[in-house]
Amino acid sequence: MRTAFINALTELAKNDKDVVLITGDLGFGTFEPFEERFPGQYFNVGIAEQSMIGIASGLAKAGKKVFVYSIGNFVTLRCLEQIRNDACYHNLNVNLVCQGGGFTYGALGMSHHATEDLAIMRVLPEVTVVAPSNSTHTEQAVKSVIMESGVSYLRLEKDLGENETSTPFKLGFPDYKSSNSDVLVIAIGSIVSEAFKAQTLLTGIKKISVLDFHTLSQYDESYVFNTIKKYKLIITLEEHQKVGGLGSVISDLIVEKQLCIKLKKMAINNKLISEVGNQSYLRKVNGLDAITLVNLIKSELEID
Amino acid sequence: MISVKIANRVRKHSVDMVHRGKSSHIGSALSMVDILAVLYTDFLNVSPDNLDDPERDYFILSKGHGGASLYATLAEVGFFPVEELSRHYQNGSPFSGHVSHKGIPGVEFSTGSLGHGLPVATGLALASKIDGRSNKVVVLVGDGELMEGANWEALLFAAHHRLDNLIVVVDRNRLQSFKDTEKTVALDPLDKKIDAFGADCLEIDGHDHEALYRTFSSTVEGKPTVIIANTIKGKGVSYMENKVIWHYKFPDEEQLKIAHSDISRGLK
Repeated sequence: MRTAFINALTELAKNDKDVVLITGDLGFGTFEPFEERFPGQYFNVGIAEQSMIGIASGLAKAGKKVFVYSIGNFVTLRCLEQIRNDACYHNLNVNLVCQGGGFTYGALGMSHHATEDLAIMRVLPEVTVVAPSNSTHTEQAVKSVIMESGVSYLRLEKDLGENETSTPFKLGFPDYKSSNSDVLVIAIGSIVSEAFKAQTLLTGIKKISVLDFHTLSQYDESYVFNTIKKYKLIITLEEHQKVGGLGSVISDLIVEKQLCIKLKKMAINNKLISEVGNQSYLRKVNGLDAITLVNLIKSELEID
Repeated sequence: MISVKIANRVRKHSVDMVHRGKSSHIGSALSMVDILAVLYTDFLNVSPDNLDDPERDYFILSKGHGGASLYATLAEVGFFPVEELSRHYQNGSPFSGHVSHKGIPGVEFSTGSLGHGLPVATGLALASKIDGRSNKVVVLVGDGELMEGANWEALLFAAHHRLDNLIVVVDRNRLQSFKDTEKTVALDPLDKKIDAFGADCLEIDGHDHEALYRTFSSTVEGKPTVIIANTIKGKGVSYMENKVIWHYKFPDEEQLKIAHSDISRGLK
């Protein structure tokens, strides 16, 4: 998705000299052509995330449209107060881009697991939080968030090509794959692929619909309400802690709208992970894979 | 000098505001009054008429807790009516203890958590360089605030990018939350540290208006300027000067009278 991001940004920068990319010394092998082509629109601030957000905010205050790129926790947790006070309170066009959502960098260890970012970013008022599931949506998301005033957070992962879609990305409107069912799986990020795998595994047994909930905050509430209201069972699936992420968003909505829907949350069970493994391994051991999803659906519906 | 008259009025407003609001940080507000007065009367190209002009000079108060005297300075130089100052720290008002830009003309940036102003000012200065503007960006930081690492990150960056349109003023009143900065976590030799980071470091008496004006106007090419302005916390009020307790207390009726009389006659 990183390549999709820089491709989209290159197109934007070509037509608008106020588009600026700030990196916290990451993006080796990807950003060099951008740097060469757009001097004055690319700055590597070095390994200094707190001042990175301050500098980005100053640039945005002077009219720049800024993208700030780093790895998961470095562009969120390390500089959270700068995001809140400098960028959010001043409603600046600062777009935070995290490479490595969830367990993307699984084997690198706990420091590189971005597993609280969605909750933390969405609690900041008016921050648009987006986690695309594929590269096509990533390109379109980049072009969408720059049009919005204020702060956005874009959570990127590796695209394994499992979530190709012909549906265009529409900010705030989740991508709905309906299949005439009473069971809906709502997922965010590349883990949507596990929902599609479950769909295949359940062929001939049970139909399920899938909602790719790429815009976690600032989404169109009435569209989501109208989409989910008819379901009897909803399962949320996210590579994130159970508290505060997608599961919480949907459970809040169900309660506030007084919907009579059973909700099950598949998420990390509120712990920091020390076990080493790649993304698919860590999904499996944390119960976030297609098999676990299939078993959950079967047990909820009492299917043998 | 007009700035001296403004400074006196700002000091009186500040003690009044803190008294009325039963608020804190009067010592920090008073130590920077002369710096603000010179900036807003003689140096900064900013006025109520050019607040949306990208060519205006920018000022950011990073030590947001001293906000009372910034509000008072802005009122005195005409950004909003002086009567508005009576709303400081009152329910329903925009004039928070730590400086906020919302609904207050002239405040460029909201602060309150320390170590935020210099990075933001660095971004503003960089934007001016990118777009070829010749305006200045001035940021006022506290000395204790320099313990925040983000300042040094930003200073590295500003020196690397030769941001000579950036002026950092350090309100060196030497007092922080409990005691002297040097007895907390020593900053000295501060000038050498700043020099080593690649900025042009100057040191002056932060209450000497002529020296302040001269120094603001003497930036060098290719380097950010850092001015260590040696000040007295609580400057101008006899019983507040160099007393850490006035980081917290507000003057009562009797103390307020003494403060006014001290400010009127001008302490040496």
